[in-house]
Amino acid sequence: MTSSLLRIEDLHVTFSTRGGLVEAVRGMTLSLQAGEMLGLVGESGSGKSVTGFAVTRLLDRAGRIVAGRILFREQDITRATSGDLQSLHGAAMAMIFQNPRAALNPIRPVGAQIADAILAHRRLSRQEARAEALNLLRAVQIRDPERRMDAYPHELSGGMCQRVMIAIAISCNPQLLIADEPTTGLDVTTQKVVMDLLAEIAAARGMATILITHDLGLAARYCRRVAVMELGRLVEEADPLTLFRSPQHRYTRRLVAASPTATSRVEDLVPEGEALPRVEVMELPPPAAGTPPLLDVQHIVKRFDDGVPAVENFSMTMAAGESVGLVGESGSGKSTTSRMICRLIDPSEGEILFDGYSIAKVPARDFHRSPLRKDIQIVFQDPNESLNPRFSAFDCIAHPLLRLLKMRAGDTLRRRVEECADRVGLPRELLSRFPHQLSGGQKARVGIARAIACRPRLLVLDEPTAALDVSVQAVVLQLLDRLRREDNLAFLFVSHDLNVVRMMCDRTIVLRAGGIVEQGESRALFANPQTDYTRELVEAVPQFGSPPSLVPA
Amino acid sequence: MSASTKTFGMIGATFARAGGRFLSSLPALFGVLVFTFLLMRVLPGDPAVFFASGPNAGKEEIEVIRKQLGLDKPMPEQLAIYLYDVGRGNLGRSMMTGQPVARDLRQRLPASLELTLTALMIALISAVPLGVLAALRSGSLIDHGVRLFCSLGVCVPTFVSGLLLIYVFYYLLGLAPDPTGRVDVFTALPPSRTGFLIVDFLLAGDLDGWWAAVRQLALPALTMALFVIAPLARITRASMLVSLGSDFVRTARSVGLSRWRIVVTYALRNAILPVITIAGIVFSTMLGANVLVEKVFSWPGVASYALDALLVSDYAPVQGFVLLMASIFVVINLLVDILYGIADPRATVA
Amino acid sequence: MSSIDASSTLRHTAWVLRGNPLTAVAAVGAVLLSLVAIFGPLLVPYDPVASDVPQALQPPNAAHWFGTDQLGRDVFSRIVVATRLDLAIAVTAVSISFVIGAVIGSLCGYSGGKLDRVVGRLVDVLMAFPLFVLAMAMVAALGNRVENIVIATAIINLPFYIRFARAEVNVRRNLGWVEAARACGDSNVSVVLRFLLPNVLPGMAVQISLNLGWAILNAAGLSFIGLGVKPPTAEWGIMVAEGARFISTGRWWLVAFPGLALMIAVLCFNLLGDGLRDILDPRKRT
Repeated sequence: MTSSLLRIEDLHVTFSTRGGLVEAVRGMTLSLQAGEMLGLVGESGSGKSVTGFAVTRLLDRAGRIVAGRILFREQDITRATSGDLQSLHGAAMAMIFQNPRAALNPIRPVGAQIADAILAHRRLSRQEARAEALNLLRAVQIRDPERRMDAYPHELSGGMCQRVMIAIAISCNPQLLIADEPTTGLDVTTQKVVMDLLAEIAAARGMATILITHDLGLAARYCRRVAVMELGRLVEEADPLTLFRSPQHRYTRRLVAASPTATSRVEDLVPEGEALPRVEVMELPPPAAGTPPLLDVQHIVKRFDDGVPAVENFSMTMAAGESVGLVGESGSGKSTTSRMICRLIDPSEGEILFDGYSIAKVPARDFHRSPLRKDIQIVFQDPNESLNPRFSAFDCIAHPLLRLLKMRAGDTLRRRVEECADRVGLPRELLSRFPHQLSGGQKARVGIARAIACRPRLLVLDEPTAALDVSVQAVVLQLLDRLRREDNLAFLFVSHDLNVVRMMCDRTIVLRAGGIVEQGESRALFANPQTDYTRELVEAVPQFGSPPSLVPA
Repeated sequence: MSASTKTFGMIGATFARAGGRFLSSLPALFGVLVFTFLLMRVLPGDPAVFFASGPNAGKEEIEVIRKQLGLDKPMPEQLAIYLYDVGRGNLGRSMMTGQPVARDLRQRLPASLELTLTALMIALISAVPLGVLAALRSGSLIDHGVRLFCSLGVCVPTFVSGLLLIYVFYYLLGLAPDPTGRVDVFTALPPSRTGFLIVDFLLAGDLDGWWAAVRQLALPALTMALFVIAPLARITRASMLVSLGSDFVRTARSVGLSRWRIVVTYALRNAILPVITIAGIVFSTMLGANVLVEKVFSWPGVASYALDALLVSDYAPVQGFVLLMASIFVVINLLVDILYGIADPRATVA
Repeated sequence: MSSIDASSTLRHTAWVLRGNPLTAVAAVGAVLLSLVAIFGPLLVPYDPVASDVPQALQPPNAAHWFGTDQLGRDVFSRIVVATRLDLAIAVTAVSISFVIGAVIGSLCGYSGGKLDRVVGRLVDVLMAFPLFVLAMAMVAALGNRVENIVIATAIINLPFYIRFARAEVNVRRNLGWVEAARACGDSNVSVVLRFLLPNVLPGMAVQISLNLGWAILNAAGLSFIGLGVKPPTAEWGIMVAEGARFISTGRWWLVAFPGLALMIAVLCFNLLGDGLRDILDPRKRT
């Protein structure tokens, strides 16, 4: 079988935006054999999704293929008419998308949507199509398929919606499936279920798949070949083992180093020559016996208006300079807990002692006046939302200095802000810029600078790098680690990413549905989980460095 | 669960939602009553003078009226009496006609409703297809034309467009009849069954009369329709564009569904949802525009009745009119809510 | 801080105006209208209230560009003079509603809870009335004077601003930077008034512009039915009302020209509002 199913030759795609023409893909060449699973990996702006949309000819109106060819089954479809494409779509090539609930018609039962897809290419009666749809729901392992046939997308979970999408996509047995970030936004356990399903179906039907993702580990686990894209170009292509053991291209090396694994350390995240200088910090003497722990949380509970407890009986202690991770899936209550600890919301019950002082007794709306406010600061998840769009970077960093330390505008303030910017590696000339003029990584640094401006003793970090590209995340994690050791800062690191938490935190607490499942020293916890749930979590994380796990033939 | 069980479930849920919506609109109705009461009693001016036989009534007469209206009693008691009266259907008596306001309103309501409903129908039939077409052919001449029409349409006041229509169709072209009233002077009214002349003439088998009524209705209905075609077309177009650009339409294209199915079953059905909500709001503005159109065309509806009363300081009809309009609007909102609930399975009982 | 923001806003504004010539025209139109409102009465050829009965009901001609009305008054002069009254009513009413509505709406949107529920109910009651009918009733109750038209228009506009501000603040209140402001020492009220409100204002500018157009139509409608403005005052609505009697006998200029003035004023503000939306929508920025 020498002819490939799909061949992309020197593809160039441009988008016309208000600012002019943007080249999203610049000369991409790739081929795919029948039945093969290929991973297309890249960060934001790499052009990986655009390539996927170009192949299926579902580009936005603003996007155009300006050069190159796409050959599907040895036929040039670059300039195919909409009639030709309609017969290809679904029957020969199909696609599944990133946000599964939005990708389904919200006012049509899912069974009807699957039936629509079936009837688009096959002549069946309504009842036959419905029966076929039911079979497909079983094939994608949806429990209780008869009932789910008439459900609407908003009644299904994210994972179930993605499985329905898969059912729709495979309904007419296409030979090629393109999966565009199919598990982004899903919990790690759901992600494993969906990906296992996808791999199984692809293998069973001999369907070639292109898995477009930013997660190197995911691509490594499921794909026989991985292609890496940077800024619209394909920089390297190899099987996962070769790619990770001996990456050739500079970018691939950076990407591989930056992707946290089960065994990576913070120091290794950035390859030699690009890392921040190592800071040697003296080991501080242990605190005298009898001093209260820095943070002592005692049996806090949070009940919202509907009476359902979001957090139940949560207790923990933290010493000065210690780093504790809080992991859990969505709905575990980790964000609510972190917000209670940094006093943005009030616990319904329980006590929080900071340095021996009760801070739970002070209501959240008055905490801004407490002298302890400056000792507990928070770094937020989404850099796009965590900076006031009308404040320059300087103003953002100066804000706590003005309010909490009661500094006055002037030279002292300016020097202090510049000092903070230097510490986080933000070039001083960027201080006068506004958030929309800064990159994601730069915004993250401003957020960190703001949080450390008043030299807090406890820093709550709520998924601080979840919205960042992997290479940017690597640099920010190194920065955070260094800041912690320089200032003897205590960290409460909230995250869903187990690898990151294992790297950054001495101890880890695992949360589920508002309650603590397990806690302990990080490395030991992840190497040898004591509870089933923790074990499930650990096993669900796609790791690389070992051969990809393929579904047995 | 079989499809029929699900349908029964949906009907049951719809009734439950309707019931729930009705209950939650009761506070609004109550608020409307109280507000109207306050408006007419608490604000500056002596209500007794308002409700007396005229601005020049004698002092004793005013005192008598004041006692009659219970204005010497404390406010909460007045409110209670007022609510009781309204509940019994007693909205006072009009000075102008000498009849109870409730009876006047009942006699004249069908005229206003006939006008408004006809206008709404014309507007929906024109605006929705226009909006859909403009969205499907986005960027084309049709699209620009529709957008231009919408931009201009919301700028022209109803009373101006009505008068200009009279000028063109009555004075210049001679096509429209004399723009006064529901039928011309030569046609006899049919026996009143529904109050809607269009219907009553048909029921009586009087086709000449029916045609006369239609001709009289044409211009005022068209005037009022023009007023709302623009916002309806605009919202349809915008909603359709959003729908066509949505993720689920992209999914539909990715599996090769036919163009018809994509446009109608996937895009249009979703696009209609905001249009339903806007149609309810638009109906409210039409109830207000009634005042203007009825004045221009001397249409004998409730709005012109209230307006005439207002200008001669006869306030009981005005109060009754305001209550009536607000109540109609609350009922319409309820219907829109129910309709929306049927169309969108995501909508839950508030 | 302000210099960079101002120059980039100016550049963006220039780019939008070049791309949407309609918006530029509308902006110019709005400025012209304001100038006419301020200086018009000083420059008109005829006294707007002076009758000249022998010249009554003249169609447009060289002496009277827009013709004369039933009392021989020059229609053109009356239209120009009326600009001031109509714009003044609209601007005053919208300003009052906007300020009160924005503050109340922001506080409700941020705090939720009892304040939100009570205000929500009051707004629901206000919105249960067809607005024009409500305005009518208010003017009837308060008295048939121009000031009451302003008050009535302000009150019926209030719900829109309250709801708009509430929705905008609600969307933003859980954003990271709002929580960061709390962590940096700001109280709740300070966050709403100093940070959330300024972020909500640009969107409200769009509403204000659209609202101005609507307020003009509303005021004209009320005077058309005889409320508020009395003869011989020149106001667009009342001019249409006086001219309505003569339309069936073919004197179109009495209705057409005031109608045209109304249409142009409303069109300018509407297009301006749409253009403002383009300028201020950050998603459309490069």
